[in-house]
Amino acid sequence: MNMLKGDYMGNKNKMETRNLNLYYKGFQALINVSLPIKENTVTALIGPSGCGKSTFLRTLNRMNDVIDGTRIEGEVLLDEGSIYDAGVDPVVLRKKVGMVFQRPNPFPMSIYDNIAYGPRIHGRKKKDDLNEIVENSLRAAALWDEVKDRLHKSALGLSGGQQQRLVIARVLAVDPQVILMDEPASALDPISTAKLEDLIHQLKSNYTIVIVTHNMQQAARVSDFTGFFLNGEMIEYDVTNIIFTAPRIKRTEDYITGRFG
Amino acid sequence: MKTRLSYYYEKGIKYLLGLIAGTSILILFLIFFLLFREGIGAFHYVGVLDFIFGTKWLPVSEPPYFGALPMIIGSIIVTLGAGIIAIPAGIGIAVFLAEVAPRSVREIAKAVIELLAGIPSVVYGFLGLTVLAPIIKDLLNLPSALTAFTAALVLAIMALPTVVSISEDALDAVPREYREASLALGATRWETTVKIVLPSARSGLMAASMLGLGRAIGETMAVLMVAGNAMIIPHSIFDPVRTITANIAAEMGETVQGGLHYQALFGLGIVLFTITFVINLITDLIFTKTSSVKRGASL
Repeated sequence: MNMLKGDYMGNKNKMETRNLNLYYKGFQALINVSLPIKENTVTALIGPSGCGKSTFLRTLNRMNDVIDGTRIEGEVLLDEGSIYDAGVDPVVLRKKVGMVFQRPNPFPMSIYDNIAYGPRIHGRKKKDDLNEIVENSLRAAALWDEVKDRLHKSALGLSGGQQQRLVIARVLAVDPQVILMDEPASALDPISTAKLEDLIHQLKSNYTIVIVTHNMQQAARVSDFTGFFLNGEMIEYDVTNIIFTAPRIKRTEDYITGRFG
Repeated sequence: MKTRLSYYYEKGIKYLLGLIAGTSILILFLIFFLLFREGIGAFHYVGVLDFIFGTKWLPVSEPPYFGALPMIIGSIIVTLGAGIIAIPAGIGIAVFLAEVAPRSVREIAKAVIELLAGIPSVVYGFLGLTVLAPIIKDLLNLPSALTAFTAALVLAIMALPTVVSISEDALDAVPREYREASLALGATRWETTVKIVLPSARSGLMAASMLGLGRAIGETMAVLMVAGNAMIIPHSIFDPVRTITANIAAEMGETVQGGLHYQALFGLGIVLFTITFVINLITDLIFTKTSSVKRGASL
């Protein structure tokens, strides 16, 4: 298992940040963050609240653009092209880099319409196509069997764990390459969390996943690489196994062993 | 001892609040009762159908005629006209304020718009009469500027603050998570607004529209001043009309209390009451239907 994890070192960088600084109205939220994100792996970002890991995640699909007063320096690359170049349309970028939020946020519409929302806005109108996308996405998110008889019922009637898998299916439906997850299990019970973690395992063969988590056991369980953030800096990045067993930096060790955070 | 005291205190507040709530309901019923007691005589004399569908309203002729149809149509035309103008415009402004405008603009604009709601209706009527009516007359080359259209326009302006203010609140209440989820799926802001935000705020927008219409149909003073008040069934929106409210206000002073004319005016009140009641009922039905999706959220 450990050897396997080490093997991912050879994967190419799907995304990468170089000397990334982010300012929010005069406050520097990210300081010089350089981090590779290997293709078809799970990268976990850990650190105490307010350390910048969620902010970092949101720079990867330019969701910070929505917030007034943010400014960015440095580079964020997707397949070696800068995503902050003037020619890049954030709308197109977000189709490639999908995002799952902390609280499950299905739209107040049917399960089917939730999944079909993305494909529809991207121009897929044919009913057969949409049916196929909906089924495949729900299957990929391990939700199909639970909801196949109630596709046209409101998505808000699902449990929290089902809603979160629905949201993942909704992201899969637009066929992204990278999936960003911002504490996706923080509002879920242990059983739903376990299902979600299984799902993340399955998804990485087709997608590149970045997950922010407060739960260090979770980071250890699901990820191949881990980055430790503290006060806006990326303190240490390595193979997950090493971060959790033999971190090079004392502050990482202190955090992981529960001495602060 | 202290717990006993706070127990009575709690009970006291409970009954006090119950009393206040009960009183307001009682007053509503008393109004309802009074309206019917005073107005029912006219229905007896004329007959309900003749009252509603009669086209001649000649209260002082011999014999008198009490056909309210011109006024019912007048009220409906003016109200619908106001709604057709005020609802899309109001929701449009609300979308701009809630989704597009920077925070500073939004705060100022909202305060100003809410201030507009506080202007007395007679002032709107005055402005409509002296400013708006001549412009409409010249622009459309009409013989008289005092028409259903003029009244609808003035009412639309009056209803606008209500529609904007409540719509904006409804849009603002749509969780940020919905917008973020939509944007993160690669939707543009416009797509997000049209396909996610507006449908999510549907019940609030409906309430805004209905309150706007409610303001329009009940309005008396401004309409009396600009609608032209001709007791005819209008052929177009550019004909003068007399609304139910305007007629009650205009004729009430000439009646003898308890007389047939007096009762007929109360009869008009019953008709108006029924129209607003039906509007509210329909809205309520639509509400409960659309909000059943929302209710799932709390499960």
